Amino acid sequence: MANLGQPKAMTVSATDVAIDIINMNKWYGDFHVLRDVNLKVMRGERIVVAGPSGSGKSTMIRCINRLEEHQKGQILVDGIELTNDLKKIDEVRREVGMVFQHFNLFPHLTILENCTLAPIWVRKMPKKEAEKVAMHYLERVKIPEQANKYPGQLSGGQQQRVAIARSLCMKPKIMLFDEPTSALDPEMVKEVLDTMVSLAEEGMTMICVTHEMGFARQVANRVIFMDQGQIVEQNDPQSFFDNPQHERTKLFLSQILH
Amino acid sequence: MSDISYVRERFIPAESPPISDASAYGWIRRNLFASWSDSVLTIVAILAILYYLPPAIDWLFLSAVWTGTDRTACLTVDQGGALPTGWSGACWAYVGDRFVQFMFGSYPRDQLWRPLLVAAVFVALLVPFLIPKVPRKGLNALLLLIGLPVFAYFLLLGGRFGLRHVETSLWGGLMVTLILSFVGIVISLPAGILLALGRRSQMPILKTACIVFIELIRGVPLITVLFMASVLLPLFLEPGNNIDKFLRALIGVSIFASAYMAEVIRGGLQAIPKGQYEAADALGLNYFHKMAFIVLPQAIKLVIPGIVNTFIGMFKDTSLVTIISMYDLLGIVKASFGDSGWITPVTPLTGLIFAGFVFWLFCFGMSRYSAFVERRLDTGHKR
Repeated sequence: MANLGQPKAMTVSATDVAIDIINMNKWYGDFHVLRDVNLKVMRGERIVVAGPSGSGKSTMIRCINRLEEHQKGQILVDGIELTNDLKKIDEVRREVGMVFQHFNLFPHLTILENCTLAPIWVRKMPKKEAEKVAMHYLERVKIPEQANKYPGQLSGGQQQRVAIARSLCMKPKIMLFDEPTSALDPEMVKEVLDTMVSLAEEGMTMICVTHEMGFARQVANRVIFMDQGQIVEQNDPQSFFDNPQHERTKLFLSQILH
Repeated sequence: MSDISYVRERFIPAESPPISDASAYGWIRRNLFASWSDSVLTIVAILAILYYLPPAIDWLFLSAVWTGTDRTACLTVDQGGALPTGWSGACWAYVGDRFVQFMFGSYPRDQLWRPLLVAAVFVALLVPFLIPKVPRKGLNALLLLIGLPVFAYFLLLGGRFGLRHVETSLWGGLMVTLILSFVGIVISLPAGILLALGRRSQMPILKTACIVFIELIRGVPLITVLFMASVLLPLFLEPGNNIDKFLRALIGVSIFASAYMAEVIRGGLQAIPKGQYEAADALGLNYFHKMAFIVLPQAIKLVIPGIVNTFIGMFKDTSLVTIISMYDLLGIVKASFGDSGWITPVTPLTGLIFAGFVFWLFCFGMSRYSAFVERRLDTGHKR
């Protein structure tokens, strides 16, 4: 696995809660996908969520910005409780950025337009300023020269970096990553992980669903292992990888760390 | 066991393709005479063209009568004219003589400047609207889609500003065809988009209303809609409260086209991946922004062929207004067959060829323009 370098000092707030999930339950029809999930994420914390496919990890983080609706329990994001209130949902979505497995860039818009659309229409930012912000973040993900191209002209890794920049343009307080490197060619994984590491170094609150255990080991404050819609084990990365407690965790780690 | 180790010393640089592929000879070889069956088909096609094309050209142009003031110009000696026995050709003199009628119907001849002015304004607004490079598209669209209909309404109908009132029953010809299609297009696209969005909405009442409207209108022939609007509607209205027949035809054609358009657009909406909606949601865009900037531009681009197909179908369907005794281009051409001044054996064919050619011209124009727009909007797969 790529050596991602040792992260610099990263501060985690001890008192400031960014996300609070309390006894959350969700069903798809009769299927109980999420069962009594409890998770408190502090500001500045970086959490990696691991688990076998179908364990509900994607569903859980998609509940945090209401791409999925939970049926029981509470989710508080930045102090705002997610209910059917569309206003509150919009408020939460403004503060929470999300990066998807399949990038989901808008193919009919240029890279720059992809990055400026939401700031202009959601944040009501003037176009000139939005473009300045967009160029700033495109430089951060190291592809300012692609600004006027269309997503279809970029490689997978470049597209995912644009997707990260697009989220950052909204200046979110929290970033969600849903398997951001799973759809990439092996050669492209490192450039995306590097971008995520540098984001972590700046103190962004992050929740990443990923199978990149090297990334988890070096960047995460906490690793959460899920199976059958529930949190099975959580610990700091060192203990999680070197000394897993639950049988299911041990089995999972033995399958993926070869 | 043989040695399997191999290391490349240098990469092969890219070269241009073999010349035979790019030359005219190569093209003919590949496209016309690639195999025995291809060669046979090519030769049969060439023979068919040689057999049918010269007589067609002869009938349409060489033997055609271009000048004349009445039917005798297009009659043979046996039929009472001056042309040699056995002659057959197009009677363009008849089209020339009836041209104004074909264009404007019975619109008062001293008032023709009014439709001509509307046509000139229409062209002046449409041409810059269709050319992507011309700036100020918003203003242009506003003038074309809202300003022009209002302007045309007052100018063509009259009765105000000192203009003489011209009843819609006097309107006819290409003018009626174009007005019906233009209004149909301008109304059906936005109405179709709204209906399609309504049909995919989560709100049960709105959704049901859209489905009922679409399925009801689509399940009935246009002729029935027009006939009911023309014959049945007046029976239910108080006498004297009659809605203009032309207006009824406009509404009939528009709601009919909207229902079809809605289904075309819905096809496009369904082709947009869920991830696009989710990305827009995750960025905090509201429903209106999400649809207007993300979903509809992509959906409409996907279904441009279907949209233009509906436009073309509607353009030709306007001919059905003949059923409620209104005379569009085809209707007025057909009506002129009975005109005793121009009854000859070749008149109907000439008239139909003329009408067909005008229809084809407009439809082909729409088709070409849509192909141009498709190429221009094709950003998704450009590498």
